[in-house]
Amino acid sequence: MATMRYLQAIRLAITEEMERDPNVFLCGEDVGQYQGTYRVTEGLLQKFGAMRVVDTPISEIGIAGLATGSAMAGLRPVAEFMTWSFALEAMDQLVNHAAKITYMSGGRIHCPVVFRGPAGVGTQLSAQHSQSMESWYAHTPGFKVVMPFTPADAHGLLKQAIRDDSPVIFMEHAGLYGTHGEVPDDPDHVVEFGKAVVRRKGKDCTLVGYSRGVLMCLRAAETLAAEGIECEVIDLRTIVPLDMDTVVESVCKTHRAVIAQEEWRNVSVGSEIAARIYEMAFDQMDAPVERVAGADVPMPYAKNLERAAIPTDSDVVAAVKRTLA
Amino acid sequence: MAKTVAERSSEDDIQRQELTELYRLMVLIRRFEETVYQKFHEAKIGGYLHRYDGQEALVAGIIPQLQLPGDYILCTYRDHAHALACGTSPGAVMAELMGRATGCAGGKGGSMHLIDPENGFLGGDGIVGGPVPVSLGVGYAIKYRGTKNVCVCYFGDGAMNQGGVHEAFNMVGLYKLPVLYILENNQFAMGTSVSRSTAQPDFVKKAEAHGIRGERVDGMDLLVVREAASRALDHIRTTGEPYFLELNCYRYVGHGIGDDNTKGWQTYRTEDEVAEWKLRDPIAKLRDTMEARGYLTPEQAEKIDEEVREEVHAAIVFAESSPEPALDSLYDHVYS
Repeated sequence: MATMRYLQAIRLAITEEMERDPNVFLCGEDVGQYQGTYRVTEGLLQKFGAMRVVDTPISEIGIAGLATGSAMAGLRPVAEFMTWSFALEAMDQLVNHAAKITYMSGGRIHCPVVFRGPAGVGTQLSAQHSQSMESWYAHTPGFKVVMPFTPADAHGLLKQAIRDDSPVIFMEHAGLYGTHGEVPDDPDHVVEFGKAVVRRKGKDCTLVGYSRGVLMCLRAAETLAAEGIECEVIDLRTIVPLDMDTVVESVCKTHRAVIAQEEWRNVSVGSEIAARIYEMAFDQMDAPVERVAGADVPMPYAKNLERAAIPTDSDVVAAVKRTLA
Repeated sequence: MAKTVAERSSEDDIQRQELTELYRLMVLIRRFEETVYQKFHEAKIGGYLHRYDGQEALVAGIIPQLQLPGDYILCTYRDHAHALACGTSPGAVMAELMGRATGCAGGKGGSMHLIDPENGFLGGDGIVGGPVPVSLGVGYAIKYRGTKNVCVCYFGDGAMNQGGVHEAFNMVGLYKLPVLYILENNQFAMGTSVSRSTAQPDFVKKAEAHGIRGERVDGMDLLVVREAASRALDHIRTTGEPYFLELNCYRYVGHGIGDDNTKGWQTYRTEDEVAEWKLRDPIAKLRDTMEARGYLTPEQAEKIDEEVREEVHAAIVFAESSPEPALDSLYDHVYS
């Protein structure tokens, strides 16, 4: 085990997979000479050369086409979007091409591509740069959607994503890039998709999160523990495939659930999980499922308004107390 | 040095053989499209479909020159001709149009998504301009592997006004990728003519603005198309750099089955204009040339026509006798 930052774990995963498989290459804006906007790809151009670390113009449709077409022709591209907000430019290549080509071809074409980059809400970046849009991709059949919380998961899930034969949406959190954690030394360390992990055991209420939402849940659980309320915290790791078995097993024990996410509440991941809890474990619930989510507004700039729009651990604490009331 | 009589005669044989094959391919495409129209009206084919009548030379003049597999082809939703030229069996194409399990995409794609990767055909694409960004990736994969292969990417004049096309052109020009762009300029983006949609109609200039060498060619003449494509492919295989051909042509029928049916196309062009273009019909033109050179007699042309009719008939019999996809295959292939 080595201790490293979340962004270093991502870099390590890319490096190891590029060393393992000559078909893996990286492309995106400023990933090479500039060393990566967030320094995630630092040193990779020097290590692998310009054919495998491709600096692109600011052309998201082009980046998505470069990745999709080369994957269709047998390579394994890892395409970086500087932020997921900019990927909106490329929606047709992503949704109508990468996600659908395998199905449309009756399984005759594979598209083993990873689209990755930072998502999540940030610090006073306002409406066009500060948002989380995982449900857009989770809604589209054909994508797997991955949102790691820890450095170890960032490493193991990204390696799994690169080895996967389907297109993978890999959403990192810029706010987690600097967080530290232990990462296994094993170059074949992969984390299987669709396997949620229980980050904290508890009997009173189930907290479901992913990406930085898990941090909200863990902090809330800590606060509540001081008051004698024991929460179980589940980190989903992947939105598609979604591990409902772990969630249902937990709510059968706690009979209460709070879902915490940074993305907007309306028609979101939380909506889906709540609906599935009701479908799969309605008679187990002692209280309505609570959702803690971003306010349904474009992210405002002013500090006080932004604070009001972003969910926090105290919102989770309040939600848990409502389920217990 | 002057060629001997024997050398000239053997060249003649090769020409005769080759042109006869291309003639047969164009006739096959025409008959196939006419039959598909009938089958749509018999409700044997659903959805939407786009015919290639009048544009046959763009496919027959290029695709048979490719090394398949090895080279790649991408094209638009007007893709029946491309599949046939790539060597996809007419039966597998017809079965796909009829939504059968034996179709080239197992019935999952339909008319706009024909595909045959074993023959280098990476598919039709239902989105105007959609294949062009994909071609950038396919071209990159060829360069990455260091082979002398080429990606041929077809698209229409309407695509020239899509943003993604220009993003991809710029990157293909920047990275110098082995892609041959074929602009099927059939004069209309659905119902909107080039002059009504495009401020700068000099498409070659637009390719050149992205660092891609280009030229404008008569797409109604198979020999002209074939020669231009040969020149372009040589350039790409030698230099590894992209090339752009604007092929001027005309679709005889409507954009799709919708305005074919209702003659909705009369809102944007006249019957006289269509008739005028038909005077330059690529199949008739090649037949005349071959007859003049002594490569083809009217009897041989008639025989080819009959053989092709039988081939298309066999495709229909195959498709109609094929099963629909199994219901439990609905969720297959969402993921690899």
